[in-house]
Amino acid sequence: MPLLDRSGLKVETFARAENLDDAAGDIIVPWANVQAVLDAGAGNHRLGVDIPNNISIDEILPLADKLDLISVPFPSFADGRGFSLAKQLRDRGYRGVLRAQGKLITDQFAYALACGFDEVEPADEVFARQPIEQWLAALTRITNVYQRGYDGAANILDQRRAARAAKAAQGESKEASHV
Amino acid sequence: MYRYDEFDERFVRERVAQFRDQVARRLDGSLSDDEFKPLRLKNGVYLQLHAYMLRIAVPYGTLASRQLRQLALIADRYDRGYGHFTTRQNMQFNWPKLRDVPDILGLLADVEMHCIQTSGNCIRNVTADHFAGVAADELEDPRPTAELIRQWSSLHPEFSYLPRKFKIAVTGAEHDRAAVKVHDIGLRILKHPQTGEIGYEVIVGGGLGRTPLIGKVIREFLPKDELLAYLEAAMRVYNLEGRRDNKYKARVKILVHEIGVEEFRKRVEEEYAKLNGPSINADPAEVERIAAYFAPPTYDKLPGDSKAYVAQRAANTAFAQWADASVFKHRVPGYAALTISLKTIGEAPGDITSAQMRAVADLAEKYSFDELRVTHMQNVVLPHVKQSDLFAIWNALREAGLAEANVGLVTDIIACPGLDYCALATARSIPIAQAIAKRFQDQQRQRDIGPLGIKISGCINACGHHHVGNIGILGLEKNGVENYQITLGGDATENAAIGDRLGPGIDADEVPDAIERLVEVYLSQRLKDEPFIDTVRRVGVAPFKDAFLAKDSSKTQEAEHAAA
Amino acid sequence: MSTPKRVPLPAILLANDLLDGDVVFSTGDGWTRDPSEAVIAYDDPTADQLEAHAKAAFAAQQVVDAYLVDVALDAQGRPTPRHFRERFKTLGPSNRPDLGKQAAYR
Repeated sequence: MPLLDRSGLKVETFARAENLDDAAGDIIVPWANVQAVLDAGAGNHRLGVDIPNNISIDEILPLADKLDLISVPFPSFADGRGFSLAKQLRDRGYRGVLRAQGKLITDQFAYALACGFDEVEPADEVFARQPIEQWLAALTRITNVYQRGYDGAANILDQRRAARAAKAAQGESKEASHV
Repeated sequence: MYRYDEFDERFVRERVAQFRDQVARRLDGSLSDDEFKPLRLKNGVYLQLHAYMLRIAVPYGTLASRQLRQLALIADRYDRGYGHFTTRQNMQFNWPKLRDVPDILGLLADVEMHCIQTSGNCIRNVTADHFAGVAADELEDPRPTAELIRQWSSLHPEFSYLPRKFKIAVTGAEHDRAAVKVHDIGLRILKHPQTGEIGYEVIVGGGLGRTPLIGKVIREFLPKDELLAYLEAAMRVYNLEGRRDNKYKARVKILVHEIGVEEFRKRVEEEYAKLNGPSINADPAEVERIAAYFAPPTYDKLPGDSKAYVAQRAANTAFAQWADASVFKHRVPGYAALTISLKTIGEAPGDITSAQMRAVADLAEKYSFDELRVTHMQNVVLPHVKQSDLFAIWNALREAGLAEANVGLVTDIIACPGLDYCALATARSIPIAQAIAKRFQDQQRQRDIGPLGIKISGCINACGHHHVGNIGILGLEKNGVENYQITLGGDATENAAIGDRLGPGIDADEVPDAIERLVEVYLSQRLKDEPFIDTVRRVGVAPFKDAFLAKDSSKTQEAEHAAA
Repeated sequence: MSTPKRVPLPAILLANDLLDGDVVFSTGDGWTRDPSEAVIAYDDPTADQLEAHAKAAFAAQQVVDAYLVDVALDAQGRPTPRHFRERFKTLGPSNRPDLGKQAAYR
């Protein structure tokens, strides 16, 4: 399956495997196996996990700082739980790679990045209809967002605040220059 | 009212271009029909029985005359010369073509309007009290809050693919005219009982449809400046835990019902405690910036009751009776908030022609500081008119066919478009409304009956809000024929209540008689000026149920007479 | 393997035009907005053909929401859907006889 981020297509460096025995390099293991793999010790391999998208943050968070990558599935483009999971992981300190995997469409790419995903692994069937150019073009559609606290475009509320501050500073310096 | 700054302006323009591109990608096959559907719904584009339908947002029901004129232009150029106001204060057009929608969106953007998130599994139009800013019982104008939430919820990266739709309403007065208790989130502005600080009571899990439920309080007092962070916590809990396995069990009301309000509150407060509020909330200067747009207009200093108005009332009974029904007491002496009924006897409830839109726009511009409101009861309000201008306005409305003196009365019926338009409907609602209105059209009789809210839905989705009608009518199908269930005792106000079903469904032609029988029970049971809903509460449903079911005995009597 | 039961025949096939939204009826190889011109399927092979036509048109981004509707024939031999909901699709809003197909084609 293709892999992309805000710069474009990228090379997949992880392989999916049941556990360390099955792969030579960086691996992504199923959620059911991750504790066992952690217990055995990942060694030099970078370790990622495919979590179910109905998992609770309290289940994944204790393991998060031992993981290099967390992959969150989108079983349907209509299922937006992954966006909240990503936001919670980022807000609570996870700094590894966050991957959105599955049936996302290009129109969700900006949302995924804003919620803290680094990369998207779209389903083959979707990518066949929505090539990389459309993914990148999607990021240029909306310049500014209203919401504070989401990565990505500088939000409108903060920009308004900065404009007010700049105006106030101008006013002050004008006054000062008159003294 | 709110005016766009450069950011708001760019935002809607970009959304229009984005939608144009989405249509292009649907046409070239990049987007499947399943993928395109939520994208078009998030721009208010439905596919209905005969055509597409476009739902235009009227944020918290407030419009300026130039906006209403633009809606008239769109109705003439791209539709069939009329529009429909909905129970969520929005405007619907029934005949647009998808190929024209991007251009229509451009025309809307020209007057600071849009169709953003008027449908889809996202946060919808935030509705508010249609008498905001003018009611004497108001603590604070709810519209700045509604505008803040509107912006915050627009194209929200985390909350645009919810389990289901999400509806928020705000009230700032003692009497709830925004039906906050039957919304996914209802916000009631209030003063802290000890400190006097202004904040919100947060109510969650109200809603109508298949499973009508009254919302429950999860936070008795939320400080005003914590609003967005708290909403984020609540939405996150819903987004993560709302059901996605069954479309009919996916609203937040089901989640609250299934885990209990205590557990729901606990999860929201836990999530909220972990958030960094200051990084989410709007700063006070921004809140003030928005609120400034809703500052009251410069009213004239007038005496409490206009002499001219009093004299005109005395000289013209029809005028006085129209004013009695239509005028809402304004908090400023000498002024009135005027409700224009869009329930002309025999017409479709809530429909308005382009000519009528222009007439109302002219009146708003001339007499109401260029402002009008849409109510969730499908009428229009001129919020700040001088009492001394009411007579001139009445005459202008009569010319426009908009002077029906029935606001709040039995023929002021709320009805969804129903099976005449809607692909989801199981039965028609408009002809039922028309038949009842015709039966009760006698003005004296209407005044005698007094306030009585009939609400009609053409299917179980309850867009006509029938559950909270004093009399509710639900259109279903039985044996291949339209069939109507009647409910009694619903209430959309702060005394929110879901109506009780009176019995088995009846045929369309039996409905006006059934309403008559219910009204007769009321008239025979009421004490003095007791309004309909109060009598129902006092005497209970039983006598009404008996009368409703008595149609069979009267039918049997007829049959016996015929056989004899 | 079970397939959903087909509506009783005779039937016509209707859909909505993707770009315009109008209700359209299959003529076998094309689409018409006039219900009286709809091809009537009296047997399964014809019904199969109508569905195949709709499937191809959907894939070609021409129509959406296509399905067969069982009909009765009026005195002039014109197909009338037997269910009242589908009948409205061939007519228009009952409170506005000046709008919809009831005005355009009667």
